Amino acid sequence: MTTELHPQTTPEVGGMGHSVKRKEDPRFIQGKGEYIEDVNLPGQLWLDIVRSPYAHAKIKSIDATEALKIPGVAAVVTGKDLEGYKLHWMPTLAGDMQMVLPVDTVMYQSQEVAAVIATSRYAAADGVAAVEVDYEPLPVVVDPKKALQPDAPVLRTDRGPDKQTNHIWHWESGDAAAADEALANADVRIAEDIYIPRIHVASIETCGIVADWNPIRQQLTMHLTTQAPHAIRTVVALVAAGAGLPIYEHNIRVKTHDIGGGFGGKVPVYPGYVLAVAASFLTGKPVKWIEDRSENLQADSFARDYHIHAEMGATKDGKIQALKVRTIADHGYTDAAADPSKFPAGLFNVITGSYDFPNAFVEVDGVYTNKPPGGVAYRCSFRVTEAVHAIERMVDILAHDIGKDPAQLRMENFIQPEQFPYHTPTGWEYDSGDYPKALQKALDLIGYDELRKEQAEKRARGELMGIGISSFTEIVGAGPSHDFDILGLKMFDSCEIRVHPTGKVLARLGVQSQGQGHETTFAQIIAEELGFPVADIKIEEGDTDTAPYGLGTYASRSTPVAGAATAIAARKIKEKARLLAAHLLEASPDDLEWTNGRWSVKGSPDRFKTIQEIAFAAYTNHPQGMEAGLEAVDYYDPPNLTFPFGSYIAVVDIDKGTGEVTVRRFVAVDDCGNIINPMIVDGQIHGGLTMGLAPALYEQITYDELGNNLAGTFMDYLLPTAVETPAWELEKTITPSPHHPIGAKGVGESATVGAPPAIANAVVDALWHLGVRNIDIPITPPKVWRILHDKGIS
Amino acid sequence: MTTQHVSLTVNGQPMEADVEPRLLLVHLLRDVFGLTGTHVGCDTSNCGACTVHVDGRSAKSCTVLAVQASGSEIRTIEGMADGATLHPLQQAFWDQHGLQCGFCTPGMIMQSAWLLEQNPHPTDDEVREGISGNLCRCTGYVNIVKAVQQAAGQLSASESAPVAAAATVDAS
Amino acid sequence: MIPAQLDYVRPASLDEALRILVDREGEAKLLSGGYSLIPLIKLRLAQPALLVDLQSVPGLDAIAETDDALVIGARATHRDIHESAVIRDRYPGIVDVAGGIGDPQVRNWGTIGGSVAHADPASDWPAFLLAANATIVCRGQGGEREVPARHFFVDTFTTAIEPTEVLTGIRIPRRAAGVGGAYQKLERKVGDFATAGVAAIVRIDAGGTIVGSGIGVTGVSASPYAAVDAESALAGKRPGDDAFRAAGQAAAAMSQPVSDVRGPVDYKRAMVAELTVRALRRATERALAFNG
Repeated sequence: MTTELHPQTTPEVGGMGHSVKRKEDPRFIQGKGEYIEDVNLPGQLWLDIVRSPYAHAKIKSIDATEALKIPGVAAVVTGKDLEGYKLHWMPTLAGDMQMVLPVDTVMYQSQEVAAVIATSRYAAADGVAAVEVDYEPLPVVVDPKKALQPDAPVLRTDRGPDKQTNHIWHWESGDAAAADEALANADVRIAEDIYIPRIHVASIETCGIVADWNPIRQQLTMHLTTQAPHAIRTVVALVAAGAGLPIYEHNIRVKTHDIGGGFGGKVPVYPGYVLAVAASFLTGKPVKWIEDRSENLQADSFARDYHIHAEMGATKDGKIQALKVRTIADHGYTDAAADPSKFPAGLFNVITGSYDFPNAFVEVDGVYTNKPPGGVAYRCSFRVTEAVHAIERMVDILAHDIGKDPAQLRMENFIQPEQFPYHTPTGWEYDSGDYPKALQKALDLIGYDELRKEQAEKRARGELMGIGISSFTEIVGAGPSHDFDILGLKMFDSCEIRVHPTGKVLARLGVQSQGQGHETTFAQIIAEELGFPVADIKIEEGDTDTAPYGLGTYASRSTPVAGAATAIAARKIKEKARLLAAHLLEASPDDLEWTNGRWSVKGSPDRFKTIQEIAFAAYTNHPQGMEAGLEAVDYYDPPNLTFPFGSYIAVVDIDKGTGEVTVRRFVAVDDCGNIINPMIVDGQIHGGLTMGLAPALYEQITYDELGNNLAGTFMDYLLPTAVETPAWELEKTITPSPHHPIGAKGVGESATVGAPPAIANAVVDALWHLGVRNIDIPITPPKVWRILHDKGIS
Repeated sequence: MTTQHVSLTVNGQPMEADVEPRLLLVHLLRDVFGLTGTHVGCDTSNCGACTVHVDGRSAKSCTVLAVQASGSEIRTIEGMADGATLHPLQQAFWDQHGLQCGFCTPGMIMQSAWLLEQNPHPTDDEVREGISGNLCRCTGYVNIVKAVQQAAGQLSASESAPVAAAATVDAS
Repeated sequence: MIPAQLDYVRPASLDEALRILVDREGEAKLLSGGYSLIPLIKLRLAQPALLVDLQSVPGLDAIAETDDALVIGARATHRDIHESAVIRDRYPGIVDVAGGIGDPQVRNWGTIGGSVAHADPASDWPAFLLAANATIVCRGQGGEREVPARHFFVDTFTTAIEPTEVLTGIRIPRRAAGVGGAYQKLERKVGDFATAGVAAIVRIDAGGTIVGSGIGVTGVSASPYAAVDAESALAGKRPGDDAFRAAGQAAAAMSQPVSDVRGPVDYKRAMVAELTVRALRRATERALAFNG
């Protein structure tokens, strides 16, 4: 990265702007990380799950006789057993209801049907194979559009007499009448159906739990793969209260350990977790459940599955006037998307993107089908990927339609730097941005004009090459408490800092790293604010008995929210340190100034106290009337979201014989505001880009008409390897967030959000002269071949 | 349930156990021997998180029965560092930010170690091909390739040191 | 994913292995590298009562060229084959196959014998063995027999080998002057099974005419097949895209693909034609450059 950073601290201190090597890495590179499967407790039992082969069926009977004969099998738990404890249903984070185990009907293939508890992993698996379930198949609803037709079977008959429909909710944003009028008056009007397919995060570690109910202490410890430990604790307490179980929140402890990737897939509460807790409660022993990859892909939370119809109007020279978007959201059999309560379609109404739209209207309808529940679990801040894909495809189509270069059209329609803070027609206030600068940097870096010449020459020779741009705007850092909550819990986050007498620091946060490097970056924020070296700062997360309450890590919210809490907590300490220093220096606090980790007397720089000296004094020599100690906590309620952005350019080559697409080059210019650790930011972008490449070209969960999952293992769910992944080329611009204490915006998901349309636009660009306007992702070789074949090219 | 006796060398230490013949090598290492650095990420031999060396060849230990490996020499991530001194690949993954969540890392390091034993001076494309049986969901592979190249440079430099010295003498 | 209960033996000789296969017929399954079988056992799609591991049976992993054949031991791994000096020198088509199977770890342990006996309908070796008119050496207690590859692959996961026999090796006709081979595989990503794979071998005489050819196709039928119609189409032709395209069409016409996650039927047929052309181009280059 060549963008100039100007760290204010020395490399030894390692504050913001330094590429500090990660503090968490020594354990990982030596095989000494502690992931959930590494947690083993004395006397623990293993849990394994019987799953449905049918996508929709009545359960006529469950016979555990043979299973219970297997040595080591202790119990088989069914929905009927749980019903006795009112534990057969549980609330989802979206406020819908989800079965823990079905009493009579299964709703998707691989749904949990029964749990086997045994003394070993192998015996539990044998027990699962021996449980006999008699099913009566029912009609399957796979297509969400068909689900809305009047003759479709109603899947969720549990919802009460006024809700006997597969329609879950309707949500809309913007001014429909104004958008309609602007569209009617537009010189140019385009419309497109764009499907964003169902995908799966597939973190390399699957999900798991060791549930440990101690009947003597009446204490439940959940060793758990969760991105939101505190929220999970509260949910468990509420469910237990609803079931009348004596499990109270002060006696529930969630511990996360190291997490092998999350990306949103470890936010929900899965039935396996509840089963393990129930089994531990019933047996009085620790119960361990580690999910298989097949279970993970077939039953856990998915993402996307948005059927979008978009219309856009513009003047004849390409000034865009209006956007109207109608979307069907396939949620599977229950809405378990962990969206904030007010936003059942997430932040999808950020769909006006980086462009100055006078008018826009967005509506989304949620629908039930016979598929697993979920919706937002793929490194995406609440439906932003769907929005960005749609708008970036539409802008490209418009450019091609009116014969204007897609870069030029973007430049002419961008929200300009002087328009910030910018209010969108769907109600967001963008905090800051400089979109033309980022795109120009990307164009320069990739050599755009030369590539266009090369493309023209190749096209003349019959070769297929495309260049695609995506100039995305992200929306992260949920969120301000007036609008953002999950199950009523406001989406603040927290940091507690304790400075020990010898000048060493312990900080605890309510968020949860899953590989993002929190142990390093949050230490760097404290180093920046207080001057303690990063090496002297320990960061802890993921133990609800010790960490302050927070909503967790997802949707790129850790830096925008918990990062802000960390800075503010540090500043509280700095202020107390000023009073201590004044006492030590026998000066007025107002006469002190802060530089490089010390308070000194203005005009007398040799009269100072270092933060370490002050820390010692806080415990050994504090003034009368002042509390001892040097600690602070902050619960940060962000005043607004933050809006990272960037411009990406992909260059693709297409094999005319096979339809294979190769990403030859990919330039990513990102702006995530001020940068804490450039190395880690680049790593986040590398990973995010790869999780953008994946759905663009490879990954998709598809179902046949019977609801069978056709991508239920890594044999068919195609994560890119190092061979498919290009050598990403990164650059930055830096436009600080004006409202964030350290000017940072968050970066984890930008690249996943921004990359797919760059690749899709490049492929369509290569084929536009053949009459191609859109190809839905993933752009597989058969799809491209079909086009070429139909045009007589292949 | 019948068991069979397995004895093998793990990271230079002789180890043995009585196991069910169906026990997977990865579970022998993790659950019986407590070497939890080797991870399981899939059921189908695709992800490579469980990669270890069996008699000097990289293998996916979730696709090998413990009884198959009896009599073999096994090397796992726990056997890479020399006391407090990291293996050059471990150091390089740290230096180059070649890991994020760390879950694929042991398998990735073991596969890279085997790769560099076969091909001490790989091109970037050869590194990418060499780790194509290992999935990483976090890093986008860029920094893993850099890490393998850093280690390749260090490993070959340490091996060729005497040669370099001789060349210096010749030049004088 | 946990295997069902099973038993395991590791015979020290071929005779011992054969005796076990007879004694436990119907229960015993041979285990070579394991990279095809163990995943099926973990998914409980295969539940053999007894695994007979061939790793300690000596003499099954040699690779050697004789006067008339290249002989590859059944327990030679894909990597052994890929790195073999004689194969690197003289059999680039085999290098194509061996270098593209699975991933590096699979190639470290997976064996040609195990792969051929497993007979996955999309596996790579059968295509080449069919094209090369190789023979499969099978040993039973009654002795050894050689089964032509073209009679070996009977159906999906079904071959001509008897359950009491051990596949001991592969014999590939020794490469002669003017002969070249190549394998072209289309996969969704590296390490995948073939969407389609085509192996081609051509023999070109001094006058520049194709005087013999073999085309083997995988991934697009219940079992890999020899595209004999394509071979007929090439006979007596000058090598070039016209002849190759005709051969490709003929090879595609013989395919019986099913529509699945790898693509629809007409796409797979078209890929057979395309890969046949590409394999023939490369095989021809190699044939013209090889003087024995």
